[in-house]
Amino acid sequence: MIENRPWLTFASHATLLTGIALVALPVWMALVASTHPASAFGVGHIPLWFGDAGAETWGTVLFEKAGNGVDTPVWFMMLNSLIMALGITFGKIAISLLSAYAIVFFRFPFRNLCFWIIFMTLMLPVEVRIVPTYEVVANLDLLNSYTGLTLPLIASATATFLFRQCFLSIPGELVEAARIDGAGPWRFFFDILLPLSRTNIAALFVILFIYGWNQYLWPLLITTDDAYYTLVMSIKRMLSVTDGDIAWNQIMATTLLAMLPPVAVVIGMQKLFVKGLVDSEK
Amino acid sequence: MTVTFPQKGLPWLLLLPQLLVTAIFFLWPAEQALEQAFYQEDAFGLSREFIGLENFADLFTDPLYYQSMLTTLVFSFSVAIVGMSLALLLAVMADRIIRGKLAYQTLLIWPYAVAPALAGVLWWILFDPSMGPIALWLKSAGINWNHYLDGNQAMILVVIASTWKQISYNFLFFLAGLQAVPRSLIEAAAIDGASPFKRFWTIVFPLLSPTTFFLLVVNLVYAFFETFGVIDATTKGGPGQSTTTLVYKVFDDGFVGLDLGGSAAQSVVLMAIVGLMTVIQFRFIERKVQYS
Repeated sequence: MIENRPWLTFASHATLLTGIALVALPVWMALVASTHPASAFGVGHIPLWFGDAGAETWGTVLFEKAGNGVDTPVWFMMLNSLIMALGITFGKIAISLLSAYAIVFFRFPFRNLCFWIIFMTLMLPVEVRIVPTYEVVANLDLLNSYTGLTLPLIASATATFLFRQCFLSIPGELVEAARIDGAGPWRFFFDILLPLSRTNIAALFVILFIYGWNQYLWPLLITTDDAYYTLVMSIKRMLSVTDGDIAWNQIMATTLLAMLPPVAVVIGMQKLFVKGLVDSEK
Repeated sequence: MTVTFPQKGLPWLLLLPQLLVTAIFFLWPAEQALEQAFYQEDAFGLSREFIGLENFADLFTDPLYYQSMLTTLVFSFSVAIVGMSLALLLAVMADRIIRGKLAYQTLLIWPYAVAPALAGVLWWILFDPSMGPIALWLKSAGINWNHYLDGNQAMILVVIASTWKQISYNFLFFLAGLQAVPRSLIEAAAIDGASPFKRFWTIVFPLLSPTTFFLLVVNLVYAFFETFGVIDATTKGGPGQSTTTLVYKVFDDGFVGLDLGGSAAQSVVLMAIVGLMTVIQFRFIERKVQYS
């Protein structure tokens, strides 16, 4: 604080509170909408305060079926989302740790070429080459499978760079000391490198979990069997019924449930989340 | 120079998983797109014919493609500029206050975790022409809101939903940038009698320019590639082609229109654009190191 200007402090708080209210507005509306029966949504009318059908709607979508043409209950799709998100997260972290380890701590021919191949994945997001990627996955018979949901997404240049940066900052004396004490490359990896990168791994975990959970286009394309529906993509299937028949209360309850886990992660692990966000943009 | 291990075979074993996934799911499809761009294939994939550059010629004489480019530019810059301005305002306010900073931050950053498609659905219900409270309120104010029919309004809807999700990110980076501005500079200016407003525009904002430029690039990339879900869940590129961005068009022409050659040619063009953006992003990172 440079000088005391009470009205400016007041204006700051007022602006921030307005910002928070605007940011929360759609979620508030969704929460209200999910507590009314489907019949409450009509032309020129949407309820603005909580109704009494909340428990019923939430119970139905969670345990019976999400509705609007999707017969799978939300808890089941949540499980699928969780499998996909964790598969992507652990897969990305594991293969990136290994490749960063290889690039930093070994000398071998074509080392730079390997680095550039990994770098190229940054330039090829799924959205850009969606048709041929679908064809490749179809050829490998991976449609409607957990492997198909996770494996094509686990290459990660960002994670590899992050771990490379982190490994490069480890002093050479440490490696030398380990080698003099007789530690081989695996021993060094598990006993020294992994413990040293713990915070980096945790921060990246938060970011990648959100990335994995929020996948939309990819699961939408490769799952036609509702046993593999993930929660975020099911919204699209729910919206595909004809306009007049949309049960908005169920859609809103499903939407809120779909955003709950990643939002909880961001709020619960805020420090790690901010660190991960800053790290992964380096 | 890092001390290294002498093994020769082990590094390849370590790299194998990453290289395999990259080759099978990134390089192979990219190569397929490149190849397919020179062929014309029937919708069932039974036969194809080499047609050289015809797919590209079609693409660059198609007025719809230019329209989609324009749509992408309008959309991306709107998302970037609106999102960054609002986030900067909030970050400046949050930087000023002393108590409750973390609480404000928590309540502002959570939308980052919401999937784009869900963000689209949440705003759709607010703007639904027949029952959305904002649409009805606009109607009573004399604005006939119907994003199903009006292309500009559909654009506004997808911009709002995409911006909403991105404000949290911009906010965090602006706040970090503001906290890195040396207090002594601001104090010196205050002693010289500069008002808070003047201090912001003549000292703080110029010092923030590396952050601002970085965020501009990140936001453009976000609007280009990560807002597919917003568009697909709300407007599906319509009405007409008014919200069909380049990325949406690749999907739409490929999976809905079944024009595989045309879609592949678009993929190739997009890959060139992403390549260019990645280079810009990385060159900038080098510059950022010099600034600080």
